[in-house]
Amino acid sequence: MNDSTRDDSNGALSNLDLETPEKPYLDSNELIINMGPQHPATHGVLRVILKLDGEKVLDTECVIGYLHRGVEKIAENRTYTMFNPYVDRMDYVAAVSNGLGYCEAVEKLMNVEAPARANYIRVILTELNRIASHQLWLGTHALDIGAMTPLFYTFRDREEILKIFERYCGARLTTHAFRIGGCQYETYAGFEKDVENFLTFVAPKIDEYEELLTTNRIWIERTKNVGVISAADAIALGVTGPVLRASGVKWDLRKAQPYAAYSEFDFDIPTGTNGDTYDRYLVRMAEMRQSLRIIEQAVNGIPEGPIMAKVPKIIKPPVGEIYHSIEAPKGELGYFIVSDGSTQPYRLRVRPPSFVNLQALDTMVRGLLVADVVAVIGTIDIVLGEVDR
Amino acid sequence: MPDFIMSYLGIKDAVTPGAAGSQFWALVYVFIIFAGVSVAVMAMNWLERKALAHFQIRLGPMRVGPHGLLQPIADAIKLMLKEDIIPAEADQFVFWVAPLIGLLAAFTVYTVIPFGPSQAVSDMNIGILFMLGVSSLGVLGIVVAGWASNSHYPLIGALRSSAQMVSYEVAMGLAVVSAILMTSLNATGTGTLSMIGIVQAQQQQGVWFIFKFFPLGLIALGIFAIAMIAETNRAPFDMAEAESELTAGYHTEYSGLRWSLFMLAEYAAMIAVSSIAVALWLGGWMRPFPNLLNAPAWDFIFSLFPALTFFGLAAIAIIGVVRMPAHSFFKIQRIGLAAFAAVLGFIALLLLVIAVAGRSADGSVAARFREGIDYVYWFVFKVAVFMYLFIWYRATWPRYRFDQLMKIGWKVMLPISLVVLIATAIVGVLVS
Repeated sequence: MNDSTRDDSNGALSNLDLETPEKPYLDSNELIINMGPQHPATHGVLRVILKLDGEKVLDTECVIGYLHRGVEKIAENRTYTMFNPYVDRMDYVAAVSNGLGYCEAVEKLMNVEAPARANYIRVILTELNRIASHQLWLGTHALDIGAMTPLFYTFRDREEILKIFERYCGARLTTHAFRIGGCQYETYAGFEKDVENFLTFVAPKIDEYEELLTTNRIWIERTKNVGVISAADAIALGVTGPVLRASGVKWDLRKAQPYAAYSEFDFDIPTGTNGDTYDRYLVRMAEMRQSLRIIEQAVNGIPEGPIMAKVPKIIKPPVGEIYHSIEAPKGELGYFIVSDGSTQPYRLRVRPPSFVNLQALDTMVRGLLVADVVAVIGTIDIVLGEVDR
Repeated sequence: MPDFIMSYLGIKDAVTPGAAGSQFWALVYVFIIFAGVSVAVMAMNWLERKALAHFQIRLGPMRVGPHGLLQPIADAIKLMLKEDIIPAEADQFVFWVAPLIGLLAAFTVYTVIPFGPSQAVSDMNIGILFMLGVSSLGVLGIVVAGWASNSHYPLIGALRSSAQMVSYEVAMGLAVVSAILMTSLNATGTGTLSMIGIVQAQQQQGVWFIFKFFPLGLIALGIFAIAMIAETNRAPFDMAEAESELTAGYHTEYSGLRWSLFMLAEYAAMIAVSSIAVALWLGGWMRPFPNLLNAPAWDFIFSLFPALTFFGLAAIAIIGVVRMPAHSFFKIQRIGLAAFAAVLGFIALLLLVIAVAGRSADGSVAARFREGIDYVYWFVFKVAVFMYLFIWYRATWPRYRFDQLMKIGWKVMLPISLVVLIATAIVGVLVS
């Protein structure tokens, strides 16, 4: 998706010649391949049109929208409370983060602050979700590059997180854990214990993943200097999250614009230097460990108190608009809400990290080989539910 | 009559049916090998799924038969019953013939694989050349399949495969040549290309070629072992069918029985190249330490291994029976597994009887029979080690990228194999 096509109203295909070749067999010049929407490595229904010279990628075109459900339009016809579960269905592997962003945005619009205890619960669950999301990313990314085994290891360990979610709110994936103004549920008996057990359980497991991959010769060869994006390019393209940080930009909304209770915790922002696939891998692995640190501090310091702020039964924010963004596992997740004072948003716009990060695909893969395309798609860590909304 | 059969079984005169000039017994051997390889492929299929599953903290097939033992059969039936799709745009005839080429190439190689000094269809005097030549024909099936599919992904898969095979064939061939050079260092001073001759050369020189001119033999085997993974398109060199990149590579458009022929060919080729490695470097049919522990007592102890192996397998099956849940749902499975254990135990007993009866190397029928079993057992055992490695690699490593694969082939493996070849030649001349 380069600049010339983004403004093109005729759709994404305009600058590629997709007409049927005259010869019945493939001619020897360029090959146009549809990677997706049904392809094992496009993480759902992403369609990438590749223009190949042999195996070399000359041009790419992302075609999205196969999973479009019109979430933003739905929001205009639902009350603020009713829309809350819908956001879980965008980035369904990090549903808790989506819910946090939405609830905080509405709270900000209403000038309500969630109580401290609620904020701590939010942080714990969100960070758990970050680990779960990164685990899923690692498994599928490794599978794309050909290492089958890490997938099963990560899914085994992700299960423990989902169990905690299930015990907390009854759902495993689309949790709908938070409400506007705080949390619906008090932690269950043994929540802290479960989380602490998880911390001691998962730390060696992360080492285990690293053992399989970090120093693996083939892994390094497949990821080092693949899909490089410079810091300037990344910023220009609006890339956020681990992809941006791997390019050396120390930008994390948890530190830059602290929300929830993040200002109270001590953690580092891991950054890379080269902005290649390997650095993004290292950054995410380090982020998992930082998340563990945050969770540990949060569980130890969780205050007593109410979990719900005083919010009216019927949520009617004052007329106005708000943009609030959080650091989702994949990058900056922003909600822009325009309120006309009614019970429903006048307009709700989501700034999904996957969608914006996906723009960098073309910059990253141009000139690389077909095998690198899947590696780069994996390393951007997209979820098509969020890209298409 | 028994003598007549024995003579053609090659047990009496210790020559292969091909050398004895018996077309009938050669045909019988061919059928035995064809059946044996097909069963081995099925067993390998099951083992790969189970072993891979356990690497990956899964159970693998568990439903069809006890511990999924009947899964390969179920798979075969399923594949045969599936609709046979030939894409409308495909080149019909070539599409039809492609899997057969691969299969033929994979199975033809078995004519010269020396399971024992006389346990082979034929002892061709250019055995190793024949083997390398025919096994590289397998790539023709892949290229043709990719082309005939008239589809993008198969085409890329086929092109990758051909480039890959061409580059690895070179290093592979040079490694083989260094082993052939070593054969000329025996008493007569003449080398041989015959597969049986190569193993016999190792016997005469009293050393497996893997240890000859240490570490030259070892490096040559290492190069061959890497090249043979590339040659058979297995992980981490499975670019031709890289699932995450090319959906299924060259056989994307294939379905049903045709697809299963590709699988059969792939596994048969894996066994075949492993056999080359075993014959060339690991002493072929010879038992471990044939010179060091050469007392008749050691002969007897090593001849117990086939029986022990089957006893071990039977014991594992019995453990499976014991550990099976007591629920009545598992009744049939338990009976089935117990029967399987009984069959394994019976085979083990049979082997034990033969080993004991034929313990004296006096040339009696029993002794010859025992020797034959030993040869085949040790050969298959060594091949099985390689087969297990194939699975292990697949579970452990990511996939190389195409250009990296080529780089390794041409810039690393080829120079090393050349150096090894030259060094082997120099050392060989100095020694003799």
